[in-house]
Amino acid sequence: MAVTVSPERDVVATPVQRATREALYAGAIALGLFVLFIGLKTGQNISNELVLTTRWGLLAAVVIATAVGRFLYVAYGQPFMASQKITDVATGLLPDSVATRFFRLPYFIAALVIAALLLVLASSLDGLLGPGLAGYARFVRALAIIYALASVLFHFRAFIHAHFSALGIAALALYPIIVVVSLALYGGSMAAGFQGSLKWVDNFGIQILIYVMLAWGLNIVVGLAGLLDLGYVAFYAVGAYAYALLGTQYGLSFWILLPAAGAMAAFWGVLLGFPVLRLRGDYLAIVTLAFGEIIRLVLINWREVTNGSAGISGIPKVTFFGLMTFNVSDPNYIAKVLNIATSSAYYKIFLYYLILGLCLLTAFVTIRLRRMPVGRAWEALREDEIACRSLGINTTTTKLTAFATGAMFGGFAGSFFAARQGFVSPESFVFLESAIILAIVVLGGMGSLVGIAVAALVMIGGTEVLRELDFLKQVFGPDFTPELYRMLLFGMAMVIVMLWKPRGFVGSREPTAFLKERRAVSSSFTKEGHG
Amino acid sequence: MQYFVQQLINGLTLGSIYGLIAIGYTMVYGIIGMINFAHGDIFMVGAFTALIVFLILGALFYSVPVVIALLVMMIVAMLLTSLYNWTIEKVAYRPLRGSFRLAPLITAIGMSIALSNFVQVTQGPRNKPIPPMVSKVYDINGISVSLKQIIIVVVTALLLALFWYLVNKTSLGRAQRACEQDRKMAALLGVDVDRTISITFVMGAALAAVAGTLFLMYYGVIAFSDGFTPGVKAFTAAVLGGIGSLPGAVLGGLMIGFIESMWSAYFSIDYKDVAAFSILAIVLIFLPSGILGRPEVEKV
Repeated sequence: MAVTVSPERDVVATPVQRATREALYAGAIALGLFVLFIGLKTGQNISNELVLTTRWGLLAAVVIATAVGRFLYVAYGQPFMASQKITDVATGLLPDSVATRFFRLPYFIAALVIAALLLVLASSLDGLLGPGLAGYARFVRALAIIYALASVLFHFRAFIHAHFSALGIAALALYPIIVVVSLALYGGSMAAGFQGSLKWVDNFGIQILIYVMLAWGLNIVVGLAGLLDLGYVAFYAVGAYAYALLGTQYGLSFWILLPAAGAMAAFWGVLLGFPVLRLRGDYLAIVTLAFGEIIRLVLINWREVTNGSAGISGIPKVTFFGLMTFNVSDPNYIAKVLNIATSSAYYKIFLYYLILGLCLLTAFVTIRLRRMPVGRAWEALREDEIACRSLGINTTTTKLTAFATGAMFGGFAGSFFAARQGFVSPESFVFLESAIILAIVVLGGMGSLVGIAVAALVMIGGTEVLRELDFLKQVFGPDFTPELYRMLLFGMAMVIVMLWKPRGFVGSREPTAFLKERRAVSSSFTKEGHG
Repeated sequence: MQYFVQQLINGLTLGSIYGLIAIGYTMVYGIIGMINFAHGDIFMVGAFTALIVFLILGALFYSVPVVIALLVMMIVAMLLTSLYNWTIEKVAYRPLRGSFRLAPLITAIGMSIALSNFVQVTQGPRNKPIPPMVSKVYDINGISVSLKQIIIVVVTALLLALFWYLVNKTSLGRAQRACEQDRKMAALLGVDVDRTISITFVMGAALAAVAGTLFLMYYGVIAFSDGFTPGVKAFTAAVLGGIGSLPGAVLGGLMIGFIESMWSAYFSIDYKDVAAFSILAIVLIFLPSGILGRPEVEKV
């Protein structure tokens, strides 16, 4: 994309000339990059030999799209963004002019009308438009609803900004209820509401909250103490296997094993941390990465205990604090005790609140710890290790506590994960998971709980949404599976977000400890990760 | 004894491949202080390019001499893989130069995910086996040495010699060493830093592409996810040898290769990677800057 242009030529070239030139470069580079990989496809023939098939049409489309995209960006995108910056400086206001133009009352009303119309017609859409167009119509409906919601949020942005944490927690607490009630109203019965809520509560709610919890746990290590940990998933694995093994072998309850798993992960954190925390920066990163891989390889190869790659299944479900269970066959099954209709959604909703509680616990502990001497020592360590040492802070103990605390929350999240899935295998604890968690922490703006939660919502929610885009099959043919592109887009999104906001969504930090007055530290003055 | 020498030869072969990849890591780290996580996937792209070129050659010509086929595969893989790494550096790392340290690391991880999934989406998720290209095996006093192994070691040695010449005897190499020592000062003295860094990425990718081609020839199979493990091991090798040091990268690669083959020969093959990583941890604890690395000087 970025092609160097010597500045002398830029003076004489108009934006369009420059854009044309850059578009040609970009097209040529794209052709070089993609000619073998998109132009040709390796596939097996009947006798299982590799053969090549050609896809020149697709190649041409991709190359042209790259060139046109580059042209538009250089010719219109860059001047537009530059002008945005200028007005910005002149008025001293945030560049919200695009947003105010995008969110207008007439558009909002139009979106509401479209959404309402399509909702009313929902059941007869297939009949009216045929299955092909109905897919588009549903997509348009979803877009209209999202736009309307975004408009409301935008309108109340000042209020939301002022009460972000309280509103966020309230929204999270009400989320399953809202989902169930709105789906029940839509489907006409409570049972339909519970049934439909499974996907929303489980795939979106629980999934995102697990990552929020993991990222908040890692945030203690990376964001607060500034130690780069690339093997965080190891502690997640320790927690998950602790619950899975002790739960299936000894039948212990989740409520006993949750703290046990946390303690065990913390123990491993100390065990690993003790020798390696003397290492600096990147060496620490590579040793933690190696440790993560060792744990995974041991889980795969120690078949007598961990059952190898096949994993452990039949992990007991969480009980409602021992009072009620979620197994239909049990005498104290929740539906029997409360005398309501049987549904698998209760368990998911319960799990949702459980993980929400664990997340809030993590956040609470983080916020409180930051005000304690140890938390202040972490932040000081992140900012300047040498100054820290000369002020008499024991850096090894400080690092060790950060590592152990972070690992403990990883362990909690792990045992929750095992309980939710009912099955664990080494597949779930690959390096990619560590990378995703670290990416969420950095994209959110290290040290900022709100930013990290937003990053988890965007990155994990965004990739989950891709599973829902079935209508794309009508555009690209029935073989097209949007899920395949999930991780490709995730990786590209990581790059794009980082380029767009190198310091994450919430870039500036307010110091927790201060003298007389609180002064925000501009993000450009701080440096992280030198531990 | 024969068994031991046999393992030594196997280790040398593996170690050569790791060493070639490790140079890419260590050069990039030396010059911009960044762990290029996408390098393992660059290696995989190189191997995949070689695979596609192999198939093209097979489709176009009735029979191609192995030497020519290997050469063509290597050269095309070097060119295209360099183009990949060059583009990635321009798009994902250069804008973040001077930003805080974790930013390019995150884009590198993002690029690594994107690259392997790009290959998965475009070429399919299956393993891609090719018929054996070289199958001759020599028997010397009961030790079997395959021609493949000889090719790998010879190509690696030749490339390293060329590479050593480039870094130590040319103006380009001087510019690279200058940037490594002090980027700001090098820029003041008229070294085009951006260009030097680009060339470093290109060189690293070219070596990784050769490693990929040799890997494909040796194992005869490649899949989109095959970049990660050799990548991590090569990085381990770079750290073990002392990151930033070129002879260290080669030495580290050879050591990892020996450890792996000895461990699988005398202990258990399942735990060979565990052994490699554990030794890395142990070495770093007692020798924090690697075997040939210079200790970091702390300045206040």
